[in-house]
Formats: sequence, C-alpha cells, structure tokens
Amino acid sequence: MTDRPKTFGELPAYARSLGLSLTGESEGGMPVLTVDFGSMVEGRPQHFHGGATAGLLENAGYVALRTALLEAGRDPVLKPINITVQYLAAGKSQASFAVGRITRLGRRNANVSVEAWQADRARPIATAVMNILMV
Amino acid sequence: MNTPTPRFDAREASKWFFRHGHTGWLALRFTDQGDNWVELELPWREDLLGDRSRPVLASGPIISLMDMASGMAIWQTRGTFQPVATLDLRVDYQRPARERASVKGRVECYRITRSAAFVRGVAYDDDIADPVAHVAGCFMTIGADPREANPALQGGGND
Repeated sequence: MTDRPKTFGELPAYARSLGLSLTGESEGGMPVLTVDFGSMVEGRPQHFHGGATAGLLENAGYVALRTALLEAGRDPVLKPINITVQYLAAGKSQASFAVGRITRLGRRNANVSVEAWQADRARPIATAVMNILMV
Repeated sequence: MNTPTPRFDAREASKWFFRHGHTGWLALRFTDQGDNWVELELPWREDLLGDRSRPVLASGPIISLMDMASGMAIWQTRGTFQPVATLDLRVDYQRPARERASVKGRVECYRITRSAAFVRGVAYDDDIADPVAHVAGCFMTIGADPREANPALQGGGND
C-alpha cells in the first residue's frame, strides 16, 4: 500500500463527535473521510443537513492540507479564512464520503478543493473551496 | 369554509425543529426574530471543538448554525414553511470565537422570488458589531417535504 497516507494525528473533537472517520482509502494521496447517515446528520427527513455535509467537507479539507504539510515537513497552526460550499444534490440516507485536493500550497495560504459523494463517486453531492491561513 | 393559514413563526417552529436531527444534536436555540430575519444560538460544548489547543467552537457547527438560521429567515420572510435546499453558502471567518463562548447567528433574507432566496448574516459571540463570521447564501425552493403537514410549522398562537 504505497498510496496510503501518512498519519497526522486524530480528527478534531467536532469531527469525531459528528461521527466522521477515515476510511483508510485515499485518492490522489489524500485520505477519504466518511460519515454514516443517522439522526446526528439529519436535516429534512431522511436527508443530510447542509451543515453536516459542510462539516464533512471542511474536515476533509483540513485532513488533506495536514497530509500535504506533513509531506513537506511543516506543522503550522491553521486558521480558516473562508469556505464556499456548493450543494449539487440532496444527501440521501446513506453513507457520505469526502476527499480534499490541494489546489495551491503557498507559504502563508492554502487553497483547497473538496468533493463529497455517496454511492457513486462520479456524482458529487457537494463541493467546497477553502482558503486556509498557515501561521 | 377555509380558515386562513397561520403565518410561519420561527419561535414556534424552533420548538419542533430543534428536538430532532442535526440541529437537535447541536442543541440550537431560538433567540430572536424580525420580519425578515431570525437569530439562533449555538451553545458552547466540549465536544464541538475544532482545535486541540484552544477551547473554541469549531467552524463546522457555525456553518450548521448559519444554514439553519438562513432557512428559517427565508420562511419567516415568506410567511410559510416552504422547503428550501441550500445551493451555495459562503462563510468568511473574521476571528475565532471566544473561549467557552456560545455563538449566535443572525441571518436576514434580503431578496426572495418564487423559486430562489438570498440571505446574508453574521455569527457573533459578545457584540454583533464584532462578528466571528460573515455569511452569504443562495437557496432554492424544492418539492414536497413531510414536515409541511406539521402544525407546529404553520405558525404560532398555541402558546
């Protein structure tokens, strides 16, 4: 398993509390996160709440950035600048997945794109772009 | 004879919304409302932290807070509970929330059409003039939602 990402510590309290976990799979060298459907993530009946989907996306973005920074031998404090979430399809009552991709890793800022999907990887349910400050 | 449909009331609807699901898990609370805006509160909680080093709320639950306040601001403005889906939500973080502080989210619906609604708002802890985040979003009305039949979402008056 050469594709397996290096370890970067545990997920933040919020992520674990929401039920997010690493699948152990990766894509483009970045870890894939997942969350099962359940009451904790439910908005309108039998669908993901937009906020829960955003939480999944945001955490996948941070995990991707930490993975890239680890490879670069860097360990800065990360501060969120902004996030824009696009909702593409309703999140149904099944597991969701997300993975981040580093669009640009600068010295002070990182631009990260994230995609979330359910049963079909080719049909994303939401995407996000995040700017993250590194100090 | 038809009785007029009661107006959607965010305060009344909150009693039902925040008993279930994601927003119930976050323990969101109703705090205030106007003709075209709603304010909700996200209580501080140990297991919602985003940072190992500081006891401040993660940014994720703040998005949930603002998403929910957005939807309710839209229903408040329209006067009816008509289900909406978030198309696009942007959050600009201004500063971290204070340690052990709950965060309030006030969102106004500044433009509404038959099929779309536009919102903007702020998340803050102490002072609304010194926000934790600014938010802008766009929502679209969607088809039937089983919650539409719920009398608790069709307006107040049963206090």
